Formats: sequence, structure tokens, C-alpha cells
Amino acid sequence: MNEPMDIAFRLNGRPVELTTDPGRRAIDVLREDFGLTAAKEGCGSGECGACAVLVDGTARLSCLMLAAQLHGRDLTTAEGLGRPDAPHPIQTAFAVHGAVQCGYCTPGMTIAAAELLARDPAPDREAARRALSGNLCRCTGYVKIVDAVLAAGAALRGEES
Amino acid sequence: MLDDGLSPMAGGTDLLVPGRKAAGRGVALLEGLPGLDGVAMTAQGLRLGALASLAALERHPVIRERLPVLAQAIACLGSPLIRNMGTMGGNLVTASPAGDTLPALLVLEAVVELASRDGRRHLPVAEFLLGPGRTALGPGEIVAAVRIALPPPGASQHFEKVGRRDALAIAVASLAALIVRDEAGRVVEARLAVGSLAPTARRCPSAEAALPGRRLDREALLEAGRRIRDEISPKGDLRATAAYRREMAGRLPLRLLTLA
Ligand SMILES: Cc1cc2nc3c(=O)[nH]c(=O)nc-3n(C[C@H](O)[C@H](O)[C@H](O)COP(=O)(O)OP(=O)(O)OC[C@H]3O[C@@H](n4cnc5c(N)ncnc54)[C@H](O)[C@@H]3O)c2cc1C
Ligand code: FES
Ligand code: FES
Repeated sequence: MNEPMDIAFRLNGRPVELTTDPGRRAIDVLREDFGLTAAKEGCGSGECGACAVLVDGTARLSCLMLAAQLHGRDLTTAEGLGRPDAPHPIQTAFAVHGAVQCGYCTPGMTIAAAELLARDPAPDREAARRALSGNLCRCTGYVKIVDAVLAAGAALRGEES
Repeated sequence: MLDDGLSPMAGGTDLLVPGRKAAGRGVALLEGLPGLDGVAMTAQGLRLGALASLAALERHPVIRERLPVLAQAIACLGSPLIRNMGTMGGNLVTASPAGDTLPALLVLEAVVELASRDGRRHLPVAEFLLGPGRTALGPGEIVAAVRIALPPPGASQHFEKVGRRDALAIAVASLAALIVRDEAGRVVEARLAVGSLAPTARRCPSAEAALPGRRLDREALLEAGRRIRDEISPKGDLRATAAYRREMAGRLPLRLLTLA
């Protein structure tokens, strides 16, 4: 145990504070202290991407981040991208294109896709495939996921798809 | 720079992996320390801050244009998520024989800038890497930056990694090359370094000496490959046997035919 630390950051758009062991993993803080369970622990060692969250707009792995690293940051989990009654265009595209089977990888995939589309609003298939190459999916075979990301890009650009 | 007994942490992609060191215990976060981030152009070349993310380095226009061997090496490292978090300082201090940036830094003759409460010192990468997981970092010392003089614009640069799949594969063998040729296409200077084929990433001076005066044809590259085989000391592990690595090492230079 480390000395508890006061940690303040933005979480899905609102300011939050907690006092906790700064050496806890960020994924545990999100799931246990804030009840946000979109970020999932697939491997706990950086290899699957299921725990990805946006930190200041960059997709990072919450299983390899410490609570102390949250301080002062702006964090978005898949819950913060959109809600079931108001989904993000990326989430809609995943549903429409059959890119979700068991759903375990989906939050991490949508976070990686959100970073990609913010940086490169019109990626080609290869760029989308590369951007998602740190997110593993056991179910879909990836084709539909890449379809969904390209369609979400088109929707965000205001194009029909 | 640091209190005794604390492990400095940059991106955490080595330090926080379960089973390595103590996750979350006795860690000092380097983020926020001044002078460790970003890429700066200096009179001597580029200064890459130890804390700059690998993703930021990979996208940096001067690195892409003038240090393509480094940009290519970074693009092979881990996955986009790992590169968003991982840093060059972390890759250097981890000092894995398979560390992907290391062969590229060796052919670029990069210099490591070390900082401690007592001041700064500079060491060539080849002198910084002492063995698997071992570096010349002293107690209380951190890597502040990596300095790289820009090679001549006409130099050919290439990084090749043999792994078992595209993303998230640790190198079975890798080769970095920087080659300067004259107008007739004959090699003036060749720098070659390999990864995963010895206790540290290393230059291959005997293979380098085989190339000057020659064109980069099949015969010259096979000769360089034979010499690389004699210079390395590969080990077998889960990913490949020592014999396979030695075989692979001899063929790696053939990939440079694409530069010809
Ligand atoms: C899933 C996965 C895949 C990976 N794939 C690859 C791969 O393909 N190729 C590859 O080369 N590596 C790979 N790695 C390893 C790792 O991502 C890299 O070595 C990365 O560069 C480490 O940087 P970091 O900032 O995360 O280091 P950290 O984990 O923060 O630190 C690593 C070590 O360096 C020390 N350290 C860090 N920064 C400094 C500094 N500035 N001064 C002094 N000491 C310092 C730490 O104390 C620690 O001992 C992978 C890791 C994971 C989890
Ligand atoms: S749980 Fe974090 S990468 Fe797999
Ligand atoms: S939908 Fe099951 S892991 Fe991707």
C-alpha cells in the first residue's frame, strides 16, 4: 500500500475526485470506484486493448496505467462516447454493421476508432486495420469491425453510407 | 533526480506488466518533469525527449523524412496503443535484446543524454547498452533524451523485423541499415545493426566492412550476411531456435536489395 493520494480529473465530461492508493490500476478505479464497466480486462498485460480509454484524446490501456496518472487528465470511457439512448455514430455503426458479437472487445474497439477518426477523418481500410491492430476480437474476424469504422467515418463527415 | 529505491516510470508498458518488477510499488512518475518531452531541433541534430511517446515520434515529420530507419522501427513496435504510451527512454532502459528502436539508434549513432542531481553526461547508445536488461544508468540517474545527428540526405535507411505476425510480435530477428553510396551506386559507408541475435542489439563491424566499394547486389549482401552469422550469438527461446535465428540472420541483408 502507498499513502492515499487525492486525485482529481475529468471523467466523461464531469469533474471527479477521489482519495485512493495512487498505485492502483486505473482500470480498477474506473470499474470499482466509479462503476464504469465498459473498459474490460481481457489480458491485464497490454495485449488485447479491451481496457482502452481516451486520455486527453489519446487511446491508452487502463490496465497499464496507475491511479496517480489520472490526476489532471480528461478521461473518456466508452460510456462517455455515447449512451444507449444517444449512441455515438461509431457505436451506431458497430451495431448496424454486425461488428458486435459477444461485445467484450467493443468498448476498446470504439475507443481506438474514436482516436483514429479524430486524427484522420477519412481513413482507408488499411489505415483503419492498422489503427485497430492492438485490439483483439475473438468473434468477428475484424472485417465487419473495419466496415463499421469506415461507415462511422462517413457518417461523421456528414456523408450518406 | 530521483529518490533511492524508486523505479522511474515513463509509459509503464514494461514496468507495469504483471510479473515485471513491482507494479505500482515504489514507482516515481517521470511525466511532468521539465525537459523530458518533445522533439527539438538543435545545432547538432535532433533531441528526442525521453518521455516523448513512440506514437508522437513515429508521426514526427523530421523523423519520418530524415530518420526513416527509426520511424520504421517504431512502427513495428507493439501496437498503436502500446506506442501511444511507450517511450524511447523506456525502450532504451528496458535494454531488451529485441528492443525495436535499438538497432535503429545504433546505426544512427545516437547519443543518450543522462541526467542526475549531479548534472548531465552523454553516452553513445552502444556504450549505454551493457547486456539484457542492463544499462550504464547510474543510481539516481535517468535518461533525459536521445540525440541524433541527421545523416546525409542521400543516405539509404531501412529497418526490417522478422516476427511471427504483424502487430504485437516481439522480433525473432531484426536488421537496421544506413548506407551511403556514391553517384555510381557504390557503397561509401555501411552501418548495420541487428536485434534479437545477441545479448544486446549490436552493430556488425565485419559485415559493414564487406560492403564499401561494392554495389548492393545479391553477392555483396550474401557476403555481409555470412559475416553477420559469424558475429552474432543467438539464443533459442519460445519464439525461435538459435539455429533458425542464425539462418535468418544471414538472409536479412538480402532485404536491402529493395534499396538497390
Ligand atoms: C503488449 C506489449 C507489446 C510490446 N511489444 C514490443 C515490441 O514489439 N518491441 C519492443 O521493443 N518493445 C515492446 N514492448 C515493450 C515496451 O512497450 C517498450 O519497451 C517501451 O518502449 C517501454 O517504454 P515505457 O515508457 O512504457 O517504459 P516503462 O515501462 O515506463 O519503463 C521501462 C523501464 O525503463 C525505466 N525507465 C523508463 N523511462 C526511463 C527514463 N527516462 N530514465 C530512466 N529509466 C527509465 C523504468 O524504470 C523501467 O525499468 C511491448 C510491451 C507490451 C506490454
Ligand atoms: S486488459 Fe488491458 S490490454 Fe488487455
Ligand atoms: S465481439 Fe467478441 S471479442 Fe469481439
